Amino acid sequence: MLKAEHLTVRYGEKTVLKDLSLQVCEGEWWTVVGPNGAGKSTLAGALGKTVSYEGTITLEGKDIRQIPQQEYARKVGVLSQNHSAVYGFTVEEVVNLGRYARYTGFLRKGDPDGAAKIDEALKLTGLADMRKRNMLTLSGGESQRVFLAQVLCQDPEILILDEPANHLDLPFQQELFSMIGEWLKEPGRAVITVMHDLSLARKYGSHALLLNKGQCAGQGKASEVLTPEALKSVYDMDVYGWMRTLLETWKE
Amino acid sequence: MKNSPQKEGGLGFGPAVLWTGLALVTFVACVSLGSVNISLRDVWNSVFGGEVSRETYRSIIWWTRLPRVLCAGLMGAALSLCGAAMQGLLRNPLADGSTLGVSSGAALGAALSIVLGITIPGLETAGPAAMAMLFAFGSLLLILALAWGIDRSFATHNIILIGVVFTMLVSALLSILITFSGEKLRSITYWTMGSLSGKSYEQAGVLLGGLILFGTPLFLQSRELNAFAVGEENALHVGVPVRRVKLTVMICASALIGICVSIGGSIAFVGLIIPHMVRLAAGPNHRKLLPLSAFAGAIFLMLADLAARSLLSPLELPIGVVTSLIGAVVFIVIFYRSRKGGVR
Repeated sequence: MLKAEHLTVRYGEKTVLKDLSLQVCEGEWWTVVGPNGAGKSTLAGALGKTVSYEGTITLEGKDIRQIPQQEYARKVGVLSQNHSAVYGFTVEEVVNLGRYARYTGFLRKGDPDGAAKIDEALKLTGLADMRKRNMLTLSGGESQRVFLAQVLCQDPEILILDEPANHLDLPFQQELFSMIGEWLKEPGRAVITVMHDLSLARKYGSHALLLNKGQCAGQGKASEVLTPEALKSVYDMDVYGWMRTLLETWKE
Repeated sequence: MKNSPQKEGGLGFGPAVLWTGLALVTFVACVSLGSVNISLRDVWNSVFGGEVSRETYRSIIWWTRLPRVLCAGLMGAALSLCGAAMQGLLRNPLADGSTLGVSSGAALGAALSIVLGITIPGLETAGPAAMAMLFAFGSLLLILALAWGIDRSFATHNIILIGVVFTMLVSALLSILITFSGEKLRSITYWTMGSLSGKSYEQAGVLLGGLILFGTPLFLQSRELNAFAVGEENALHVGVPVRRVKLTVMICASALIGICVSIGGSIAFVGLIIPHMVRLAAGPNHRKLLPLSAFAGAIFLMLADLAARSLLSPLELPIGVVTSLIGAVVFIVIFYRSRKGGVR
């Protein structure tokens, strides 16, 4: 569905992503992992058309630079890490924006599914009782859920989520990832999540892309890429050992 | 509700009628009041051709008050609408229609024309207005070219910074001009502080035309402005053609501001505080914010103009002084109360 070839991104002199190729097919859940500054969010930005890049990204064979923004938003939903409220919109008003790409015609009426999709997204993210809440009064986790609801009601075919579990408490993280799993069961869909939690990446992702200093350090089936040895060389620490130590503290 | 499946919080029919009514009442009051108070009956009869208690009233109403109050209302609506749109677009409640520096650029143009005696052959009085329009347009081009040169995306923080620096540069130039202006100082002040005295129906017509031509696209961008106000990157992700909307809003707002300045001088503060107060009261949804700002701006400027011409009558205060004075006080009171009470 989504294919990146020889992707390179530079910020001034610095090359943050170097000659990366990636192919995401229907039904796949790609997790993008790697240390800080590895280029994970930059990759999400390039796929979401907010970062300029060299190389090509195609959606169903079409160069995404040639796809109008509104049409792209109907196919690809992006949750970025950069959102902070300045004005006191209500939760409902922000989630509403997810339906923007569905308006048609000059007066842009006619989105018959709008209300239902919004209700559904609000329910899925546990916001049904908070429709009228002011964004400026929300906690970090609540605000994260609002933008999750927005991208869900956008009803795309591909979800690109940059750190979707940001600020979320454990029950919600669990709920979120099993929800994405359910979402993916419909045909014609795929997911890319950028994440730090390697255990979550291993448990939920079908595929993984391991990045290090802007370069690919391994990609393919999650079980084959996310091995203790590979993580050790990329993170320069015994990741697996550390996770075991953490678990063992509970046994005392 | 079948055809509008989403609740989008537009201005309903009831409030629209209410605000139109309020604006009309203000309009009539401002036509009737002033250095000479004229009874409503006389106002009615002067307009619709009945007996008037004094014949001079008829010409005051027809040739002084009506065009002037019309201009005040239209200008207030335009300034406030532009301010609301720019505050949303730039995600900054300190922005207004003149953030791009168009307003001070226009004032410089008018001052130049006064000091150098530039006029248009055949239309001697229109020199400053024409120069104001020209300079407004020039400023806009200059600022957009600079922002385009820095990066192709018209990043909002660049635009705000360039606008602020440009405004400072222009006011320095304006101060130099004022130093050399001698006895022409008064007519320069007229442009820098704004005045609505001696406005004509033609000017009201130009304002109305500008409001229709450039205001309508602003109203049509209310959904996009909502997306911008929530976040520019987020706007792109939900499908807003970000650059096109940015250019549309900036060009329309600047053109409208340019027209306003060329007619009434640069009137400070209306475009800043009116949208801000409306947002405090009605929330930030532009489907409601834009029309409400236009109404509130019209009412505010008509009243401010009434104060400017009648408080120290027969002297007339520059209207920019009145808007800043009243505006600042009212704003501080409302802002203080709302911040104590909760968050908006």
